[in-house]
Amino acid sequence: MKHEIVEKNVGLLAVLILVVISFGGLAEIVPLFFQKQTTEPVEGLEPLTALELEGRDIYRREGCVGCHSQMVRPFRAETERYGPYSVAGEQVYEYNFLWGSKRTGPDLARVGGRYSDDWHRAHMYNPRDVVPESIMPAYPWLFENTIDGEDTPAKMSTLKSLGVPYTDEQIDNATAEVRGTQEITALIAYLQQLGTVLKDNR
Amino acid sequence: MNNLWGDSLSSFWSAWIIVITLGTIAISAWLLFANRKTDKTPDSEGNVETTGHAADEIEEYDNPLPKWWFQLFVGTVIFSIGYLILYPGLGNFEGVLGWSQEGQWEKEVAQAEERFAPIFAQYQEVPIPELAKDQEAMQVAERIFQNNCAVCHGSNAQGGYGFPNLTDNQWLYGGEPENIVTTLNNGRNGLMPSWQQLGENNIENLTQYVLSLSGLEHDEDRAEQGESTFMSVCAACHTPQGTGNTALGAPNLTNDTWLYLAPGQEVADSIRQTLRNGRNGHMPAQAAYIGEERVHLVAAYVYSLRFND
Repeated sequence: MKHEIVEKNVGLLAVLILVVISFGGLAEIVPLFFQKQTTEPVEGLEPLTALELEGRDIYRREGCVGCHSQMVRPFRAETERYGPYSVAGEQVYEYNFLWGSKRTGPDLARVGGRYSDDWHRAHMYNPRDVVPESIMPAYPWLFENTIDGEDTPAKMSTLKSLGVPYTDEQIDNATAEVRGTQEITALIAYLQQLGTVLKDNR
Repeated sequence: MNNLWGDSLSSFWSAWIIVITLGTIAISAWLLFANRKTDKTPDSEGNVETTGHAADEIEEYDNPLPKWWFQLFVGTVIFSIGYLILYPGLGNFEGVLGWSQEGQWEKEVAQAEERFAPIFAQYQEVPIPELAKDQEAMQVAERIFQNNCAVCHGSNAQGGYGFPNLTDNQWLYGGEPENIVTTLNNGRNGLMPSWQQLGENNIENLTQYVLSLSGLEHDEDRAEQGESTFMSVCAACHTPQGTGNTALGAPNLTNDTWLYLAPGQEVADSIRQTLRNGRNGHMPAQAAYIGEERVHLVAAYVYSLRFND
């Protein structure tokens, strides 16, 4: 094919560029959609409860993912510090992933159960109270805001349509379960379950 | 532990990856060689074929890539083939080196184990009171403490609001080596119920009585009234003398040590809060995180803190 033909037909050029760059994805990403490793949950994995789900949304809203990753990589230095490395089967109910790519703070993939609820409350209210050298921002408004739970069932239904096995009962009770709860309580509920499915397999 | 790679791919997807990968390399190589053939010999009139692009009367030759550049490209093709032979990349083919991410991790862990296991095993043999005086062991232990415990108990181990000070030789669950090891291994759950139902008057009386136990300034009359309530309600856990019970983690109320005293807060205020709302202290179990050998070392470190005064 002559360069000239491609170079003078922008539409054709765009199509060919798309074809070229899709090869990587076709070989590296598409097969994962059909691999049990990435599509089947690890044993014991449960969808987040209504409260944990609300906590997860607060985690997203506050941009925690900007400074905290949720991905323990298979290096000794990481497994010593954080616990067993993360596997794909733990993430099959995650929409979207919160793996993150920057660790200004520590990885949180296995933070569940690591510290007490009280510690998290104190830490989120003012991180310097418990870790004097911390540079994490304080989140005092989480103690004032409460959750109304109006949208919780809709969120759960959406996740259900994506394949997260919520029962109708869970969805119906969701609003009652979370209504009036402090945001901090939801966030801590979310944090305390992170990575606990594989935690003791050390 | 799950295998990181898990089940192998089905043969269809394995073939899919192999075909795309090798096909891409082949096409790149073809493109590279196909474009190398341009004719740059001048014709009979001395004109050289150009691309037809011209700017300010400067024309663009249609020359092949410089040789070194061309060879770099060829080098990347050869490298990719070598890589795909040595490392996993082509579907289910594992590569002749047998490398895997999980295998690399296991090897790394095994190497560290080989290096550190004898050291920890050696410390494991030493009783905690003796180990606590071993400078070198305490340096190791301090690192473990800083990484795992300091987040709550502080880097100086002096605790904070709701997190016990480990240097004051006051122990909720006992300060003997075996107590410390149990606390570290299994964690602790301290539970003080709420006594809201006693009413504000009784809570105030109890507060004054508890203040008197530590010899702090208090209201004599109220403290006297509070004593009987204390005996019927609180003494079961805190003992009639108020000295606490390490089996339950019920704090000693006579030593003027207050776990839930916020900076600047009055002691009486903290006691009232505790009585009204109860308290629930939680120390997470550490055995699952750091293992018993490191627990032994950290226990010795915590034990050693009493010598630091």
